[in-house]
Amino acid sequence: MDITRFISTHRKLLLVGFLVLILIFITTFPLYTQASHVRLLTTLLIYVVLAVSWALFSGTTGYMSLAPAAFFGLGIYTMALLQKELPFFLIIAIGGLAAFIFALLIGLVTLRLRGIYFTIFTFGLVIFMTEIIQYLETRLWGQHGQHIDPIDNETIFYAMFVLVVVTVLAIYLIRRSRYGLALLSIGGNEEAAEHMGINTTRTKVLIFAISSFFMGATGVIAAPSLVYVNANIAFSTYYSFMPIFMAIFGGMGQIHGPIIGAVIFGYLEKTLRAQLFSYFMLGFGIIMVAVILFLPNGMMGLVPMLQSKLGGVISKIRKGGQAEQHANT
Amino acid sequence: MPILEGQGVSKYFGGLAAVSNVDFHIDQGEIVGMIGPNGAGKTTLFNLISAALPISSGEIRFKGQKLNGLKPHQICKMGVSRTFQETKVFANMPVLQNVLVGAFFGSPNRVLGADATREATQALEFVGLSAMSTTPVKDLTLASQKRTEVARALATKPEVLLLDELMAGLTPTEVSEAMELVRKIRDKGITVFMVEHVMKAIMGICERIMALHHGEKIAEGTPQEIAANKQVIEIYLGEEIRAGS
Repeated sequence: MDITRFISTHRKLLLVGFLVLILIFITTFPLYTQASHVRLLTTLLIYVVLAVSWALFSGTTGYMSLAPAAFFGLGIYTMALLQKELPFFLIIAIGGLAAFIFALLIGLVTLRLRGIYFTIFTFGLVIFMTEIIQYLETRLWGQHGQHIDPIDNETIFYAMFVLVVVTVLAIYLIRRSRYGLALLSIGGNEEAAEHMGINTTRTKVLIFAISSFFMGATGVIAAPSLVYVNANIAFSTYYSFMPIFMAIFGGMGQIHGPIIGAVIFGYLEKTLRAQLFSYFMLGFGIIMVAVILFLPNGMMGLVPMLQSKLGGVISKIRKGGQAEQHANT
Repeated sequence: MPILEGQGVSKYFGGLAAVSNVDFHIDQGEIVGMIGPNGAGKTTLFNLISAALPISSGEIRFKGQKLNGLKPHQICKMGVSRTFQETKVFANMPVLQNVLVGAFFGSPNRVLGADATREATQALEFVGLSAMSTTPVKDLTLASQKRTEVARALATKPEVLLLDELMAGLTPTEVSEAMELVRKIRDKGITVFMVEHVMKAIMGICERIMALHHGEKIAEGTPQEIAANKQVIEIYLGEEIRAGS
């Protein structure tokens, strides 16, 4: 009884403490684990950025974008082309910026499209990028694909960690700002939103571009671990679908939904793939169907469900206890 | 000078004239009604004023300023707000948050969070929905959803409010309450332009009524004049309603 009361009154403090613990855990992670675990955690962090930034735009507005791979791949290629010219950290910013500008242009042209038309366009965009890069590569360099010099695991890990913190913080602030409200109302009823004074086109294009910035920057950091990339690897539709699955799996209502989805789904993917090869996709499919059918709000939807079920039990116990006390006095 | 006026307003869908050469004017502080059979172009005219649709020809002015070519969000910020015939609420959001959207984005100046919340709370109180501020709108009755829309529109601080069939689908008691609400809105100094099919309501609260048929304005006048107008009776009201009833 006292514990539940303590949790409810010191909620914020506990949350901050929990976050600090996680940050300390991740910061010190490479000190006491082997390289393969560091690589695994890096991958999870990559998925976290992709899922959280996808959910920022698509989860709120309902515009299903299948374009994460286009911006992620743009980041990878930015790294491949600039690795010899500029320092790594500068390339991360440039990769993000390139994705931002590209998304801005794409958004201006396509965000007038609604529903399925927007989705199909973004899917086509990824395929278009694959083709155009392939064409340019053979034309300009007469070669297929690019080599990327590896960078040591820890640099990659810490770069990714910083990017995750920046991304999650920025998106958390956007979601609770007036822009967050504007995005939700566009998702609720775009026409009404426009008539209530929201410049819907500007809001959509801007947020689409911001979410793409993080995807592009992630692509740069992810690139060195790939060592060799060609257009098919960099712009694989896998990177478009994974963040969506993860965000839906975790739940898109709040920012921690996609984070939890990315961590669980990413971990399952890496471990199951090692044991089951590509059959793991079969398991994923079944999990996805089950989540969509039974948990329309994702894993985060479980919390209120459990709360309402357990809450009844707890309050019963508490009432019983109080009755006992009254009886005693 | 009228607060809202239109000259030769027309809208064509292909060859069909949905609104054809309509002149209208609304004066400050009035309640003006618009009637007409289904498909007469009433909602289309509202859509032209609020810029949901681009105007084909003619001109609409608000306080002397041309509205042609503006976007809906700009019209709203200038001071013309609206509700919808088929309610367009943010169904999953709580009532207060629906109204907050109007308070945050509807005014021409940047609104701070605390001010917006106060604004929204006041608007909810005004329409009598304070008790439900945390309920998701989708769980409300139609009458309450329409009130939410009114509160959301009021939170944008409009000078002119366009009400598109506020009373449609309401019970007689709810209609009386809605009529009272419209009067209260006018007493606040907001000019009201409303489309309505519920005759009791429109005859009871409007100072002036215009009748549309096939996109054209066929009559305009006081409720008594409209109720006695032969053409309006023939086309819309039917024989049983007579002047003064």
